[in-house]
Amino acid sequence: MWCSERWSKLNRFSRLFALLAMAVLAGCGKPEFSDAERKTIASLALSALPPLKDDTTNRFADVPAAAALGATLFFDAGLSGDGKVSCSTCHKIDRQFQDDLPRAVGVGRTNRRTMPLAGVAHDSWFFWDGRRDSLWAQALAPLENPLEQAGNRAAYAHYIKARFGERYERIFGPLPDLSNVPANASPLGGDAEKAAWSTMTDAQAEDVNRVFANIGKAIAAFERSIAPQQTRFDRFAAALDTGIQALPGDDALSSEEILGLKLFIGKANCVTCHSGPRFTDGGFHNTGVPPVKGLPPDRGRIDAVRQVEADPFNCFGAFRDGDASACGELRFMVKAGPELVRAYKTPSLRGAATRAPYMHAGQFSSLEEVVAHYSKAPASVEGVSEIHPLQLSDRDHAALVAFLKTLAE
Amino acid sequence: MASLWRYVLAGVGLAALLAGILAAVHLTAPQAPRLAGSEIARSKETANGLFVASFEPERGVVRQGELQSWLLTLKTNAGTPVEGAAITISGGMPQHRHGLPTSPHATDYLGQGRYRIGGVKFTMSGLWQLHFAISAAAGSDTVVFNVVL
Repeated sequence: MWCSERWSKLNRFSRLFALLAMAVLAGCGKPEFSDAERKTIASLALSALPPLKDDTTNRFADVPAAAALGATLFFDAGLSGDGKVSCSTCHKIDRQFQDDLPRAVGVGRTNRRTMPLAGVAHDSWFFWDGRRDSLWAQALAPLENPLEQAGNRAAYAHYIKARFGERYERIFGPLPDLSNVPANASPLGGDAEKAAWSTMTDAQAEDVNRVFANIGKAIAAFERSIAPQQTRFDRFAAALDTGIQALPGDDALSSEEILGLKLFIGKANCVTCHSGPRFTDGGFHNTGVPPVKGLPPDRGRIDAVRQVEADPFNCFGAFRDGDASACGELRFMVKAGPELVRAYKTPSLRGAATRAPYMHAGQFSSLEEVVAHYSKAPASVEGVSEIHPLQLSDRDHAALVAFLKTLAE
Repeated sequence: MASLWRYVLAGVGLAALLAGILAAVHLTAPQAPRLAGSEIARSKETANGLFVASFEPERGVVRQGELQSWLLTLKTNAGTPVEGAAITISGGMPQHRHGLPTSPHATDYLGQGRYRIGGVKFTMSGLWQLHFAISAAAGSDTVVFNVVL
């Protein structure tokens, strides 16, 4: 009797204790993230992406007819030297506007990885090294690059007039008289094209450059519509932010993914450069990524500074719309310094998990290799790497990769 | 009754253990850089005491990721505005060992010792430092401003 009484008392206490323990554990298990972590997670969510700013340097940037013509031009292989290559040859619409190749192949083989285009209009600098300062100036460079579309601006002006004259004029106004302009001419082309360009009057050169710039402005207007998509991470971040419990399944991250997220914004320092809702600070950094054997020397940002300054289509040039107040990035650009050597633009990580290979010349074939590189942090072959070795376990590596995959689902 | 006390004691012990774990987690959790009030001051004496400098965003608010103009106001200790100063600016994020993403410089003199510093951009949250080297008739001096985003 006594024994059973004691037993029931024990039972009551143990039950009470178990309940208490559960309440305490549930209470402290709930805030998986510190306030600082929550703030960082919120800053990475797609909902934190500001609306696209007006591009006053391109007054056609938000003109629907310009975007429609730009879309046509983007997919038109007629806009190339051999009639076989368009923007979409490398920027494939069904592949995040990239080509899955280590280095892009246009008319020839290039030395750089094709960049995806989601959210590209939010950038200040274009290409891996930022050698162009506007989306419309960027679109012009491949058109004349002998390894990409390999055409020339005089031929493009003639082509636009013959093929899209009416559409062009409805947007940009009357086309110039091109009857005395050589069929092929450019200040950047081969010897024959350069010679032909030098025979043209200043007025003719300006006319051709104007049509050429407007091709870029139309393509840029189209590209402004290419926006990043909501991912599983964004749904998780929204649930965390609103405090509404995530449904099991879609919104929830696994414990491995949460570990990866914590490492990403914490110990692994990824968020130092991969910040904001696009997971990029838009800046240039040397992270010790090795060069590819057999390719010519590639010094990244340091060599691009001269190129963007010399570009006649840059923000200071004659083809900018609006006033020079839009040219702050070019005006206050860092022009020299050891930190620019082998510095490349921080790529967005949205969708990265499903578009190997990685880095500016496709050096790494998997996310595992990428994470291993950033964990090991080898010295740069030239200049100084900004990253430092991390003490990460194999489990940490796998968790980071698992987290990155939530940005592509 | 003795057994009841045993359970109470065990409960207290467990609670203390839990409190200890929570404290350890809290104390070792990554924290935003904390600086004393004087270190994030928008107005301070230059290193050698030649000038009193103040530095603030021209439109009052700091926006991450945007080019902004700031105002650097230079006065002598007696409160006289410093005119004709040559100003060079460098800086970065000491905790991440990287420099500034832009090359800010004085773009206009606005009178009353006020200089517009254009091209200031902070690309991420955290502690940023801006170093000013100032040369004027009174001599040369330096000052560092901390900006926490």
